Amino acid sequence: MKKTIKFSINGTKVQQEVLPAYLLIDVIRDGLGLRGTKPGCLEGECGACTVLIDGLAVNSCLYLAVNADGKEVTTIEGLISGPDFSLDPVQQAMVDFGAVQCGFCTSGMVMSIKGFYDECVSAQIQPNREQIKKGLEGNLCRCTGYKKIIDAVESLFEEA
Amino acid sequence: MKRDLKIIGKPTRKLDAEARVSGEAVYGHDIVLPNMLHGAILRTKHPTAEILSIDTSKAKALPGVVCVLTADDVDVNNISYKGDHPILKKGEVNCIRDEIAAVAATSREIAAKALALIEVEYKVREGIFDPFAALKKEAPQLNRFASKEQGKNIADSFHYEHGDLQEQKEKSTCVVSQRYTLPRVTHCCMGTSAVTADYSRSTKRLTLYSLSQVPFLFQRDLAKALRMEPSNIRIIQPVIGGGFGSKLDMHPFEPICALLSMQTCRPVQIVFSREEEFIASPTRQPMVIDLTTGADADGKFTFREVKITKDNGAYTSWGATTPFVMMQTFSSLYQIPACRFDSYAVYTNNVFAGSFRGYGNPQATFALERNIDLMAMELGMDKMQIRLLNANFAGEETGQKLHFRSCGHKDALQIVSDKANYKNRQKSNGTGRFRRGIGLASMLHVGGGAKIYPSDGCGTIAKFDDYGYLTIISGASEIGQGSETVLAMIAAEELGVSIEKVRIINSDTDIKPWDVGVHASRTSFIAGNSLLGALSILKIQLSAKAVALLGTDLDDLIFEDDQIRSGRTGKAVKIGKVVRDIHFKQPHELCTASYYYEPDSEYQDGAFKGNVSSAYAFAAQAIEVEVDTYTGNVRVVDVHVAQDVGKILNPLGLAGQIEGGVVMGLGYALTEELIASEGHVRNPNFHNYKLPTASDIPEIHFHPIETSDQEGPYGAKGVSEAPLIPTAAAVANAVSDALGVEIFSLPVTPEKILQALKEKSV
Ligand code: FES
Ligand code: FES
Repeated sequence: MKKTIKFSINGTKVQQEVLPAYLLIDVIRDGLGLRGTKPGCLEGECGACTVLIDGLAVNSCLYLAVNADGKEVTTIEGLISGPDFSLDPVQQAMVDFGAVQCGFCTSGMVMSIKGFYDECVSAQIQPNREQIKKGLEGNLCRCTGYKKIIDAVESLFEEA
Repeated sequence: MKRDLKIIGKPTRKLDAEARVSGEAVYGHDIVLPNMLHGAILRTKHPTAEILSIDTSKAKALPGVVCVLTADDVDVNNISYKGDHPILKKGEVNCIRDEIAAVAATSREIAAKALALIEVEYKVREGIFDPFAALKKEAPQLNRFASKEQGKNIADSFHYEHGDLQEQKEKSTCVVSQRYTLPRVTHCCMGTSAVTADYSRSTKRLTLYSLSQVPFLFQRDLAKALRMEPSNIRIIQPVIGGGFGSKLDMHPFEPICALLSMQTCRPVQIVFSREEEFIASPTRQPMVIDLTTGADADGKFTFREVKITKDNGAYTSWGATTPFVMMQTFSSLYQIPACRFDSYAVYTNNVFAGSFRGYGNPQATFALERNIDLMAMELGMDKMQIRLLNANFAGEETGQKLHFRSCGHKDALQIVSDKANYKNRQKSNGTGRFRRGIGLASMLHVGGGAKIYPSDGCGTIAKFDDYGYLTIISGASEIGQGSETVLAMIAAEELGVSIEKVRIINSDTDIKPWDVGVHASRTSFIAGNSLLGALSILKIQLSAKAVALLGTDLDDLIFEDDQIRSGRTGKAVKIGKVVRDIHFKQPHELCTASYYYEPDSEYQDGAFKGNVSSAYAFAAQAIEVEVDTYTGNVRVVDVHVAQDVGKILNPLGLAGQIEGGVVMGLGYALTEELIASEGHVRNPNFHNYKLPTASDIPEIHFHPIETSDQEGPYGAKGVSEAPLIPTAAAVANAVSDALGVEIFSLPVTPEKILQALKEKSV
């Protein structure tokens, strides 16, 4: 039995017909055609599919689409903003620090960092390097060895 | 003459980083074609069995299923360089990956349902999962397509030797023999395997959106498999979510996808689940290395004798040819008067290996560098001194006829030793719970391509448009390593065009000129030199016109800021204007150049002798660990990497390759193992196959060495495999230093450490 859900995706209200078993990642990628969110494992282990739901980072491959009803979902595409489509500071830092190689982990990595950064800012925490590493633990990257990603995150807090 | 370089050597952001960081880049998983079907593959339930029957009728009857294929429906050739691998298996299965049937359906869900409806009747057979058992006389022949010329179950073997082994043995005062056991690990590209095939009924052409890292070889192999003209196959590479060697071979799912498309005349896409990726994508070769090495009383190395038994798995892949690289390490890393090398890839009923970053070298280096520590201890010598004493040098021609025109081996060892404060930090056999130790290892790898095909070249077409924008059509692929950026940097350096005005086209075999592929750390070196060739032709063309326009002479021209300027008068003309004048006025030509670069390396003779690469990379690592003697856990504290990179092209990209390589090496050293028992893969998920995470990584200190190779672009050498090659050896050597126990297999797990400590204390 399909159910109609309404939620906001990157600031736009949408409506989707979903079965109870549908996963959010499928609604995002197939239903809405937003293919920036990546399927790395579909088992909750790699973080490539991370999106923000009401500002919190979640694995969209484990999240039932019906639960998104009434919520605000942000995907990697939603971080681009303004009249000239500028990158979010998190995205910019990843580019500047050379933290992107094949890029398959990058969308999820950026969304996790975004969630982590916003959380730290609102709780007024200045995380140290170890805490940043902990914050990234749920996102696997096979290319970079993480160092440049950690450097990129650190830079966000230095500027703040 | 030393040139002042403006762009080469400066940290430069990856050209494609913005597309990748914004979700815009289109990977294999993201392709959607009109009318596209979804393919899925039925694999065997049992690693070894006779197939008594396959009933596909229920699957075919399922609404939404468009095509079901088994071996009986197709007329194709076997794949693999030994021709021993059927695309769809008929009558029997020989490993847990085996493809029995494939479906194409209107949705992924329907395709999955259809697979479940295919009924297969098996008669389970006993398998052989240990290469030593497969070598026994009474063992049955495991691959019925194998040529038996080298022995019933030997897929491929290599023999190499140089020097007088007997004489060197007699000179040796210290001889160490040891067996090393190396595990099966896998690439874990974050993007799983994916392919989209699109066959056109009208043109009879097949377009494959493939993640291959060797598109031209892939095109040839696919054509052979499908009995088509290679030119009727077009390979388009989407953005690739990690390669690391996994995409060197063609795997059955790719021709299967093509067959589904050819049968249905619709595009078909196959994407692996993560579990399927763990089970059905290649691995690094598991192997047993029996190594004997000798040294004289002064610590000078005398000989090496090595026998390698590799688990080939059920079918042969390029992985079986890794001895090409391994023998280089045994024959030529450190000066070595005599070497004898034998390796056998033995068929079993395990999943089969493939190529993986380092191509056998992490295994070879692990054994060799561990043995050097053992010899040093036996001789009572300092572990660094013995290495320095035997290190390679510039100008050396090794027993295998590798010619080290430039060589940073000694420097690399010296630098990591100094930076890691090796002498003072070396501690052994403490008594507390947490004990620290430091380990050393070095490595040799090809750094200027590897001539293992008749050509190791790369083609480039470079063209200016009428507005001064440069398009580089390169044969070489980008798989995340950053080669596009290096090419754009070279163009900007040579012609003064701004990087934003350079475009790279490198993903379509219908357009791009030939290149052998991404492997052997060759891309920046070979594609870089190829581009330099094309640019020099363009430069001549532009210069001739600019001389006339500026009323000056050739050696007065400066290419800078998208202009050509006279150094004397300061008068300048935009490159776009020069191009237009060449185009629309005399001589009415386009600014287009094509160049093919073939490195000056040699195709080795039958005895594997010859200078296979145009340059060689050297590196050393010093790694400090802290071992918890209660739990056996190893924490890597510090990694120092010194690597002879020839010349730094893009420091940002370079450091990324080093860090990524080291962390991959740490995974190999400490946590990764694809566990197979009785032919089944027991841990096909990230929960049980432990990749390093951000919290596991130590500080990584990188000390590049610039030896300025005479053949490399600006002096550069290949870089990207090297950083993981000595890592596991250095870790195991550090554990030995910390605890006084020796581990001879990977990964170095807590269980092994606790066991070794227990044995030591009794
Ligand atoms: S795809 Fe969701 S965690 Fe891996
Ligand atoms: S950049 Fe390739 S997996 Fe992270």
